[in-house]
Amino acid sequence: MNVYLYILVMAGVSYAIRAIPMTVFRKPIKSRFIQSFLFYVPYVTLAVMTFPAILHATQSQLSGAAALAVGLVAAWLGADLFKTAVACCAVVFILEFFVV
Amino acid sequence: MDRKREYLQGVRDGVPIGLGYFAVSFSLGIMAKNIGLTPLQAAVMSLLNNASAGEYMGLTMIAAGATYWEMALATLITNARYLLMSCAMSQRMDPAVPFQHRLFMSFDITDELFGITIARPGYLSPWYMYGGMTPAIPGWMIGTALGTLAGSLLPLRVVSAFSVALYGMFIAIFIPPARKDKVIAVLVVLAFAASWAFSVLPMVSALSDGTRTIILTVALSAGAAALFPRKEEEADA
Repeated sequence: MNVYLYILVMAGVSYAIRAIPMTVFRKPIKSRFIQSFLFYVPYVTLAVMTFPAILHATQSQLSGAAALAVGLVAAWLGADLFKTAVACCAVVFILEFFVV
Repeated sequence: MDRKREYLQGVRDGVPIGLGYFAVSFSLGIMAKNIGLTPLQAAVMSLLNNASAGEYMGLTMIAAGATYWEMALATLITNARYLLMSCAMSQRMDPAVPFQHRLFMSFDITDELFGITIARPGYLSPWYMYGGMTPAIPGWMIGTALGTLAGSLLPLRVVSAFSVALYGMFIAIFIPPARKDKVIAVLVVLAFAASWAFSVLPMVSALSDGTRTIILTVALSAGAAALFPRKEEEADA
């Protein structure tokens, strides 16, 4: 078995998954249900991927939970992507520096 | 010009993504090294795949000496959520945008780039997405290669801090609309609760992260679409 062939198979499948809907659905889908479904998809999928995964991303669940709390507050107060991400990183770095 | 502004804004939003990718792919590189990949192989894998869970799965298949068909199937299942994201993106494309942009944008539909691109109002901007890809692709590729080369040289504390950058961005994407829209707010709370439940309940917790994400995304989004269909003019909320 050749590692590069494995990589090509992975890459081909990954690209097909990403490109087929984008290139096939050239016209707006009329169904209100499908439209609504696709409207909700990004928010649901990002929320699902955030929690509880963020708790296990750090060395201690405490700093992961703190990062979640800080991120929620920062985003609620209107911080953009970059500021929210930096705030989350900073709180983990500080907490794990002093506490853990 | 508009394109330039879009592109530069994409770069700005892509920087935390690139940094987060660097940290995450570093650990992927360490894994690649452990199963015998060279730094070049690891870099090529990351350049062409741009998928954390997908590559993780791919490496376990390589380690297991799987057939190419098994590799294809495993990749399909692990990355199936990108099908949903690609569908969602196809509905937000300006019909006037030339076709080849759809091909280029598709190359890097990841959780994060999808998130920042779709979070902006109106038609999707290919140039904004290319801006996001500019730090993201090298961050992911170089992180993987360095992880394979340098293994555990980076202090664990730094890796740990970097690794929440991605989640910070996710939060910054779903919180502003949740603040404005009660349905989205309730969905976010339900998504947190269901995702946590799925991670601890017997049976379902044995499923891969990717599969659980697909099941929960489809179920919750379909439920919300059935109970709270959007009105036409809200489509860009």
